Amino acid sequence: MSLLSTQALAKSFGDNRAVDNVDFTVKQGEVLSLIGSNGAGKTTLVNLVSGLYRPDSGRIVFEEKDVTAQSSYGRIQAGIARSFQLVNLFDQLTCLDNVALSIFSREGKTMKLASLASRDQAVWEEARGVLQQFGLDSKAAIPAGGISHGERKLLDVAVAYALKPKLLFLDEPTSGVSTREKAPIMDIVSAIVRSGGITVVIIEHDMDIVFRYSERIVVMHQGAILADGAPDEIRRNDEVTTTLLGRHVTAETDHGSPGHAGH
Amino acid sequence: MEFLLIHGLNALLYSSVLFLIAGGLSLIYGVMRILNLAHGSLYAIGAFTTAWAVGAAAAAGASNAVLLLVLPAGAIAAAAVGAALEPTLLRPFYKRPEEYQLLVTFGLLMIIEDSLHLIWGPNPLSAGQVYQFFGSVSIGSARYPAYSLTVIAVGIIAALALWAFIYRTRFGVVLRATSQNMRMASALGVNVNRIYIQAFTIGCFMAGLGGAFVVPGQSAVLGMGVEALVLAFVVVVIGGLGSLEGAFAGALIVGFLRETGIALFPEVELAVLYLIAAVVLIVRPAGLFGRT
Amino acid sequence: MSPDMKLQKQRSLLVILAWLVPLAAALLAAPHVVGPFHTLTILYGLVFGIGVLGFNLLLGYTGLLSFGHSAYFGAGAYTVALMVKYFKIGSMELFLAGSVLITALISLVFGFVCVRYTRIFFGILTLALSQVLWSLAFKFFWVTGGTDGLRIPTPSLLGMAPGTDKMEFLAFRYYYYVLVLFAVCVAVMWVIVHSPFGKALQAIRDNETRAEFIGIRIRRYRLIAFVVSGSFAGLAGALWAPLNGLATPDILVWTFSGEIVFMAVLGGFHNFIGPIVGAMAFTYLKTYAVGLTVYWQLALGTVLVVLVLALPKGIMGLVEIVAAKLRRAR
Repeated sequence: MSLLSTQALAKSFGDNRAVDNVDFTVKQGEVLSLIGSNGAGKTTLVNLVSGLYRPDSGRIVFEEKDVTAQSSYGRIQAGIARSFQLVNLFDQLTCLDNVALSIFSREGKTMKLASLASRDQAVWEEARGVLQQFGLDSKAAIPAGGISHGERKLLDVAVAYALKPKLLFLDEPTSGVSTREKAPIMDIVSAIVRSGGITVVIIEHDMDIVFRYSERIVVMHQGAILADGAPDEIRRNDEVTTTLLGRHVTAETDHGSPGHAGH
Repeated sequence: MEFLLIHGLNALLYSSVLFLIAGGLSLIYGVMRILNLAHGSLYAIGAFTTAWAVGAAAAAGASNAVLLLVLPAGAIAAAAVGAALEPTLLRPFYKRPEEYQLLVTFGLLMIIEDSLHLIWGPNPLSAGQVYQFFGSVSIGSARYPAYSLTVIAVGIIAALALWAFIYRTRFGVVLRATSQNMRMASALGVNVNRIYIQAFTIGCFMAGLGGAFVVPGQSAVLGMGVEALVLAFVVVVIGGLGSLEGAFAGALIVGFLRETGIALFPEVELAVLYLIAAVVLIVRPAGLFGRT
Repeated sequence: MSPDMKLQKQRSLLVILAWLVPLAAALLAAPHVVGPFHTLTILYGLVFGIGVLGFNLLLGYTGLLSFGHSAYFGAGAYTVALMVKYFKIGSMELFLAGSVLITALISLVFGFVCVRYTRIFFGILTLALSQVLWSLAFKFFWVTGGTDGLRIPTPSLLGMAPGTDKMEFLAFRYYYYVLVLFAVCVAVMWVIVHSPFGKALQAIRDNETRAEFIGIRIRRYRLIAFVVSGSFAGLAGALWAPLNGLATPDILVWTFSGEIVFMAVLGGFHNFIGPIVGAMAFTYLKTYAVGLTVYWQLALGTVLVVLVLALPKGIMGLVEIVAAKLRRAR
């Protein structure tokens, strides 16, 4: 069952066709990677689906309902959430507050003026639980602006996750993080989303991570979808490797021989 | 017919002075993204300095011609104050959230307003001699002060000179480049600090010039700066913050609207001006010519 | 809750009580201990405190700097004056109800327009709108008394007539009346900023994009904050009116808005009680400056410039620095 599908979705910025007539589908429960070189249109596609941008043309269908006309608020209510590549957190609020806000919002409690937030134990317990799942419980009382970059990336995902969305977009969850820290972050992220049964789309540049954690890979290039399939298929797809790596790669030639500058 | 001409000239007179003040405010914002709440006070500095200078020169027995030469003293004073203020009190705030500019310039306003009081006392100063010297011209069967025509001329010359300066000189190119993309300009070797102090000084010069030329026609009084600032605000809001054409168009619009208001509905004239500013901010926040 | 957290909570409660109790005692005892001059100064401080407390909901908690709050304070004051002039009303309770209602309405209309923008444009718009009100008060002199203003006689409190001794009325009965209302306002604002709504406002302040992406409709929340903020200012204006005895356009002019901002910055707008501290400090500062020199604007302007340059977190910021140093020294 297709959870999300876009039909002929297009968005241009001036002359730049950032997303060019894209039919993109996501199936319920899958973990999908969206890859492509810079400028391929991955983030624009996510921005279109999450409601940050309005498409120039095309439709977005979520759970068989046309959500194209809905604002980001409507999409969030429908069950679409996202994290951000350039970390977007409430820096002056504690890590616990950051997550708790998602929960308050999800439960429709943010309009409550006349009662103390601290009284709602259920929300705080759930928030603490989420922090624990993400390995951030020791930072609960620390402002989000005061933790390390890797922890901020995790928190950014946690805030989106706490919305209990049906479809979660993770925009480069490991960017800017040292190689050592990448795998642990992805382990936490994938364990959490798998256990929650959430459908996840990950934008990622690190090919190791892409091949290790995704069930399906969609490759974008210059605003259009170039290839779409299981990791093995994509790995063997010559067009993909040529476009992404700039040269023809086979198991035999890729031995680090001199002259292979790589990109 | 004369009625229209007289009122039209009055409107142009008001617009000229407004353009000088608002143009300076807009220029500063356009280049530096600084909204100087003390800008009106620099206009007041211009007015008081010129009134004092003219009075002192007249007392020393200077001829009317010399008095004319003394007129721009206010503009120079305002420019000097601006040149001193920018590097000391404004530069520390460029990297801070923009709300702090409003705070520090508001503090400056309070300081300057009272400094004027301290230096020149509580009574209005005038340079009426210059006004008398110009006499009046006939417009139909009515007489119109020639000095007012001079101010209108000054306004037009200033607008042209500024336009030429910004669009026809190398300095103007650098100024525009810095206003559009400060980082890029800096990377290309532009001394941004110098551009900023120059732009700020020019803006203050303009405000001071407005004060200098207004003072033969109306006295320099305490509080004129505070009043002028809000009117300058209305002009730049209508015309667009950061745009010189906008300041020009806005000044004309406000000048004519005000004159119409004064002639037809005197009570609401002032309220209408602010209301129009508010409406413009709502409908087209960038103003007629501005970019946000 | 873990025993550690319980201990921490008890300790912070003790710290708060350590200064709150003596302060409350001092405020309660003031009229009997210090003369009417000081009592009235404190009274003005309390009234402005309510206003700046409301103002700071927008600045400190929502990240919006309003340069037009004189509009709501002044509207509150003029509502009282007009209720006296046209309806011969003399009851303080009716004054309060009327002012809060009218200012809430005005802040709703103005706020609806202003919250579509942020930062400098928000500031400019609030200033322009407050000037609209100022110019109306200035020009429609047959209604508002123009620059002469409108007189406000001493009101009845809870049905009890003020009596003939105005000074006694203000320095005692009115003082305690305002003190109680002040405490109520502080409590109400405290609940609001610590409510889920208050947290949402802070989220909007810190990162409006993310706030939107967790499902908060930022314009709506800003508008509500605006109306609450304006209403507090209106209430303060209503309390100010009988104290001052006269409502003039000076209470609507934009430079008074600047003073409100000054008070918040002086006390420290990153803090709950900062604005109150600032209001009280500013009132004292201005009273002394005005008494000391005719150039009090110069003095206060210098204080503001130095404040913004050297101590942007205000008095409470200084207190926090000192407290941190003391904690480290231990």
